[in-house]
Amino acid sequence: MVFFLQNLFNGIMLGGLYALIAIGYTMVYGILRLINFAHGDVMMMGVYFAFYAATLLSLNPLFSAIVAILGAALLGFLIDRVAYKPLRNAPRISALITAIGVSFFLESLAVVVFGAIPKSFLKVFKDRTILNKVLTVAGARIPLLTFLVIFITVVILIVLFFIVYRTKIGMAMRAISMDIPTTALMGVNVDAVIGFTFALGSALAAASGIMWAMRFPNVHPYMGFMPGLKAFIAAVFGGIGSIPGAVLGGVLLGLIEIFLAAYFPAFMGYRDAFAFIILIVILLVKPSGLLGKKIVEKV
Amino acid sequence: MEKKLSARTNFILTVVFLIFVALLLYLADRYMDSYKLRVVRLIAIYGIMAVSLNLINGITGIFSLGHAGFILIGAYTASLLTLSPEQKAMSFIIEPIVPWLANAHTDFFTATVAGGVLAAVFAFFIGWPVLRLSGDYLAIASLGFAEVIRIIALNAISITNGPLGLKGIPEYSNIWWCYGWLFVTVLFMASLVNSSYGRALKAIREDRIAAEAMGINVFKHQLLSFVIGAFFAGVSGSLYAHWLTTIDPRTTTLGPMLTFYVLIMIVLGGLGSISGSLIGAALFAILFEWLRDLEEPFTFFGIHVPGIKGMRILVISAIFILVMIFWQRGIMGREELTWNNLYRWLFARRKGGEEK
Repeated sequence: MVFFLQNLFNGIMLGGLYALIAIGYTMVYGILRLINFAHGDVMMMGVYFAFYAATLLSLNPLFSAIVAILGAALLGFLIDRVAYKPLRNAPRISALITAIGVSFFLESLAVVVFGAIPKSFLKVFKDRTILNKVLTVAGARIPLLTFLVIFITVVILIVLFFIVYRTKIGMAMRAISMDIPTTALMGVNVDAVIGFTFALGSALAAASGIMWAMRFPNVHPYMGFMPGLKAFIAAVFGGIGSIPGAVLGGVLLGLIEIFLAAYFPAFMGYRDAFAFIILIVILLVKPSGLLGKKIVEKV
Repeated sequence: MEKKLSARTNFILTVVFLIFVALLLYLADRYMDSYKLRVVRLIAIYGIMAVSLNLINGITGIFSLGHAGFILIGAYTASLLTLSPEQKAMSFIIEPIVPWLANAHTDFFTATVAGGVLAAVFAFFIGWPVLRLSGDYLAIASLGFAEVIRIIALNAISITNGPLGLKGIPEYSNIWWCYGWLFVTVLFMASLVNSSYGRALKAIREDRIAAEAMGINVFKHQLLSFVIGAFFAGVSGSLYAHWLTTIDPRTTTLGPMLTFYVLIMIVLGGLGSISGSLIGAALFAILFEWLRDLEEPFTFFGIHVPGIKGMRILVISAIFILVMIFWQRGIMGREELTWNNLYRWLFARRKGGEEK
């Protein structure tokens, strides 16, 4: 029971982090039918922003996180403007190849600017008592950080759902995901809304990345690659284009990964392979995902 | 304008050209210093990788990102076969090597073919689920499979030596093996593309549904293209391993990064063109070595610039993005560098009143 509880909380935490990244994928895919390959790398850049805001500008952790999230939002917006916007009317595969190029560019930019040697995110915190605090729940010893991450994730999700379902720009985002030309005719500035979507998704990715780095404090230029891929898988799992689906897919993926590794320790080394196997199975059995709508291809 | 060269002229020109290339290679082998020669051999290895990925991505239109996985299989299979039993016994220190592999030892050619065949077998089994998907899902799924292969290589310690990798692989990839295999690859691809299979593959690329309506078995043809591409990727992997002399399953050498490099080559050269892929591979290899200077300290107009690690990949990825935005057709587009085309281009220019 204690073992189960520990893994349950770890799984929910990891899943929440996947979910935050997955939302960025699912929003962009819903609108542009583009896998934003660079999304995981935007998360990585966000973590570096936070790291340098705290160590170079000596801001306190909370402020540096806010600075980093804003920086990542700007970065996401710029990526869309510079790299994806010129290709709106090009074949979809061109945009995908460009996205791979952008991912590659951000990784090498991080190597050049920040260096390839991993850095410890713990340097951000002068006072580490909160990080090291451990709570005991029904006999299970769980770090306070785990609860904190879960709590912040839930708060962010509530804000996000408010933006998407209760504000005008959220309505515009949902409209664009259904039909771009018609939405443009209704007087919506489509490019601005797409830019906002990128900024919002990137901000979520940065928030997720910062919490990721608090839990796994090894910061390096390729740290965004695997979480990015897995978050994409989570988005597909939950049904791509659906924000609740991304959350559900993320949490399930986190739980599956943690529990498989916990109860079958022999396969620990293969942990990263699970996600891809889940992806293949989902795509073959139910390609629209758990909460996605079925898209019929018209000829 | 539509004047065509006769088949005989074409053949003679090709033979003369090949003899010329062989002579050049002989001279390079004789007189070039060993560093430059390494780059020359790398061009051929990259060429095989690019041409094989081009068959899958450019000609059949399956957007696969799993090439590094097949290259990795070829590299490991061939290296495990060419390493001597004593070397293997010595380097497997975490766990001893499995008995059936410990004494397996073959010559370089057999090992390379074995690498290709095993990669093709993997492609066959991976192709069944992956090719059911389309477009960007396929891209991610194939990338995922390549990662799974890499993770297996990292964890199956008694077969692959895990994270330690293989060391002391004999440097068999000399100029003749590399260019010999490149010749075989290009010859095979060119014949395939010009056959009815090749036309079917191109039809699938242009419109999968229309191709199906014309009676082409889409899945079978895609699988064929995938398996052939993987075979040559495995071959290039073997050559690559015997060029590097050490391999390990890290991200940078045999991971997704390698797939991206090959993708850059074929996009630069023009997706769908074999000669474009070759030009792209050569350009990439030369550019990559040439940009190495950026990572060394240098003096630019009297300003001393310290060497920055990773600079060349940054420059290359920037070029790649610019190519994608402004020049999507790449160097060759979908054209091939044939004698007929060459003749046509020269002829057209001469008509404009320009001599030579």
